[in-house]
Amino acid sequence: MSTNYDVLIIGAGPAGLTAGLYASRARVRTCCLERLPSPGGQAALTGIVENYPGIDEPVAGLELCRRMERQARSFGLEIISEEARNVTISDDEIVVHDAGGSIRSSALIVASGTRSALLGIPGEMDFLGKGVSYCATCDGPLFRDQEVAVVGGGDSALDEALFLTKFCKKVHLIHRRAEFRAVKVLVERVTSNERIELIKHSEVKKIIGTASVEAIEVKDAESDEVRQIAVSGVFLYVGLSPNTEFLRGIVETDDDGYIETDEDMGTSVRGIFAAGDARHKSLRQIATAVGDGALAAMSAARYLEKR
Amino acid sequence: MAGTKPLEVTESNFESEVLKSTTPVLVDFWAEWCGPCRIIAPAVEEIAQQYAGRIKVCKVNVDDNQSLASRYSIRSIPSLLIFKAGIVANQVIGAVPKAELVKRVDAVLKG
Repeated sequence: MSTNYDVLIIGAGPAGLTAGLYASRARVRTCCLERLPSPGGQAALTGIVENYPGIDEPVAGLELCRRMERQARSFGLEIISEEARNVTISDDEIVVHDAGGSIRSSALIVASGTRSALLGIPGEMDFLGKGVSYCATCDGPLFRDQEVAVVGGGDSALDEALFLTKFCKKVHLIHRRAEFRAVKVLVERVTSNERIELIKHSEVKKIIGTASVEAIEVKDAESDEVRQIAVSGVFLYVGLSPNTEFLRGIVETDDDGYIETDEDMGTSVRGIFAAGDARHKSLRQIATAVGDGALAAMSAARYLEKR
Repeated sequence: MAGTKPLEVTESNFESEVLKSTTPVLVDFWAEWCGPCRIIAPAVEEIAQQYAGRIKVCKVNVDDNQSLASRYSIRSIPSLLIFKAGIVANQVIGAVPKAELVKRVDAVLKG
């Protein structure tokens, strides 16, 4: 046996764990690489999950992912603590290189997910960890009784703005468009929450402070007015970037780096499949990630049978 | 030394356990509600075991020890500060792979 595994999965978030569950049940030699000390990915960073089908009482994202991990492991999935650095293909085998060496497999499922996108404004990097955060559930309580800003207009921005009102005196929710993109139930909640001030059609231009964040400079796109708002924290939910750099041109991606797939999760390379947030797709949720994971595993299993 | 676990430290014993420690100390500032803190917890526990005798590993709950968190300007958790001779010699903010933590710990041990 020249390969270490039949299927190697990169990433142990919901997509990777589901792929691992299905592949293990199909009795395919499977291993999942996870760079962080615990599985779960983005889902594990989420405070409370209330829209995952079947989980009718809100559960912590981390707890939901732990259950997925236990389930997959119970069918034989192996999870290794490693980070994929790059991938090469030779002689019909896929070789994933990590810091320790390399792992060979016959098929690969890329479920490496996404990371928070940077806004790209002055002060953002300077104050990272000193008032600038991409995770309200992580850092919010540290801003107890203070005023903070949340930048973004999607579900995450609104969800986290609501979460922050549990601790913060006031939350300025700033979005560059005239209307929020978020699901209507969230828009209703932020509109009626007294601690949230909605600032639409506006952009944060600069983050200002000395040892930590003290204020932001905001420009209203409609009036061109620029003003400073005193805040001690800025939570950015302005988008996602796919973790696909390690693939470096091996598979076709869209202009933003998301992996292009067919409806069976097949990529432009035979034997390589993708699942979850790293794919080009219209909806990134735990619910869609697990569907991708199941499909990718079965596609990989079929591919292995035909070889 | 099998079974060496991270030591919970509070405002009352921070000086004696951390600042006056003869070996460097890795201090993990964490909280119950913090997902990424729990994600890196296994790595912090492994380091406590693997570096037992060379580095002391401590945990500070920021909710119970707000003035400590404030003294070290903790504005994001997890924040892992490595103390040597009472001052912060290196630090990592956020959930990172174990290899990254090990790199920082090794750098402080060498330097």
